[in-house]
Amino acid sequence: MKIITCLKEVPARDARYQLASEGTGIKESDLTFEINECDEYSLEESLKLGEEHGGEVAILTVGRRRAEKSIRKGLAMGADRGMLIRDEEGQLNSPHAVAVALAEVLKGEEFDLILAGTQSDDWSYAQTGVLLAELLGIPHATIVMEIQADPAQKKVKALREMESGWFQWVELPMPSVLTIQAGISQVRYASLKGIMQAKKKELRTIELSDLDVDWSSVPQVEVVRVYFPEVDKKAEILEGTTETVVEQLVEKLKKEAKVL
Amino acid sequence: MSEAIYVLIDHAQGEIRTASQESLVIGQRMADDSGFSLHALILGHEVRSLAEELAGKKVNSVVWVDDPKLEEYDPDVYCEALSQVLTEKQPHLLLMGHIYQNIDLAPKLAAAINKGLVTDCIGYRKVEEGFTFVRQMFRNKLNADVQIRSSHPWIVTLQAGSASVDDLQEGSAEVVAQSAELSSVQARRKSLEAFEVTKGKVDLSKAENIVAVGRGIKKKENLKIIEDLAETLDAEVAASRPVVDSEWLGRDRQIGSSGQTVAPRLYVACGISGAIQHIVGMKNSQCIVAINSDPNAPIFNIASYGIVGDLFEIVPALTKRLREL
Repeated sequence: MKIITCLKEVPARDARYQLASEGTGIKESDLTFEINECDEYSLEESLKLGEEHGGEVAILTVGRRRAEKSIRKGLAMGADRGMLIRDEEGQLNSPHAVAVALAEVLKGEEFDLILAGTQSDDWSYAQTGVLLAELLGIPHATIVMEIQADPAQKKVKALREMESGWFQWVELPMPSVLTIQAGISQVRYASLKGIMQAKKKELRTIELSDLDVDWSSVPQVEVVRVYFPEVDKKAEILEGTTETVVEQLVEKLKKEAKVL
Repeated sequence: MSEAIYVLIDHAQGEIRTASQESLVIGQRMADDSGFSLHALILGHEVRSLAEELAGKKVNSVVWVDDPKLEEYDPDVYCEALSQVLTEKQPHLLLMGHIYQNIDLAPKLAAAINKGLVTDCIGYRKVEEGFTFVRQMFRNKLNADVQIRSSHPWIVTLQAGSASVDDLQEGSAEVVAQSAELSSVQARRKSLEAFEVTKGKVDLSKAENIVAVGRGIKKKENLKIIEDLAETLDAEVAASRPVVDSEWLGRDRQIGSSGQTVAPRLYVACGISGAIQHIVGMKNSQCIVAINSDPNAPIFNIASYGIVGDLFEIVPALTKRLREL
């Protein structure tokens, strides 16, 4: 079975953001980047499917040159090869543009399944995987919590998370796109051996200019301003030593809120 | 082009989804701000009563598409039906709730008709060119104003809680049946069995007090301090999603959009940053106490009382103090 796993890198969880001077983005120079959380689960799921059914797992990323580090990490975890669509200037500034680039590269690939994280921790649009499926003309399922692939029958069953504690199994023909929810399984660590092997694995860079795309026909969605939200802090913040804040809290819960 | 705003109305078990009512509130505001007409769009089979209910809201019309194929959601069928409606009506904008069904549907629709989509918005601004949309990015730490620069119709999904359903204005409108040609659509995805994971297990909605724990607890072994506090308060232990994903607590203890919705008397949130997916499940609690080391954590925006500090110090101290009562 051939699996494409899409991953992107995002600022690390504990990032302290500063706005870029032009006001439409963040300063990236002081940040560290890591694989997006849902995408890491998606990679793990791809590797498990690869181990179960045999075949190949290829990583596909859109990003700057520095994203090679995240791809190498995925290769160290066990993926077979990597592809980076290099967008050094951040020209692919919407999920639609990213999906068009991914689809263009995938026209030259054979695959049975495409896995992608349901959403990213930077833009958080939750669009790319579904856009990609439609651009490729293949079916999809979103917010997936379990996968049962049947490569012989060219079918895959996916457990979709619904709202309010409900889940539903769906069945799709392959090839198809599944977008993976965080928490689907436990993500593995790269072994030392894996890290050594990753250095020798293929990592192909595709330049944006290599893609045969009429970008003017792609819907334009543009971030015109990025800013810190005005926080309407409702909470009464209790201050002091541990002992005094606890004392204040208990008093307030008893006398003000009357919940004790 | 007719300047119209359409709002997709989702429904489940014969009721209009809350997220759709909220979208309709935003739609009413946008229509008031712009002078555009507003139309509720409902897809389904034998949902006339819902269409009539919508006709009692302040909208210009209720557009109702009835087809047996629309009885249950399928991405291929729903996408085709919406594509046909949008192609015929050419509205300025289609609004819908950012619910799981529309996370599955909206990007497919945007790609199918090659139009601009902005998802998970919390509001809008009226500008000269029409509207820009406000959304959260970077783990809700930053906001962004997003502009669609390509041709209409635009598609926009709205985060749960972006408006209050109490603000929905009443009115009187006509129900207009709209046809869609769906006989040739092949649903490629087959829906199999659905089940409720929380059923028969812990019903947190009945708890008077809840002590909830988030990513800040760091590891499973640390849960003891949370359990001790819960015991002292005669409370149920609950969790935000990352704790459940890490398998430190069962999924039947998850609060939020994919877990249970609760409104206890007292909700103590320990090490929970307050992602919107969690907040929608507990914001109606009578008294919320938040303990978190990050002073900018969004949980403090909805808590009654906040303590900025190390939960590993605060929680045991609080347990100790409560035991003395």
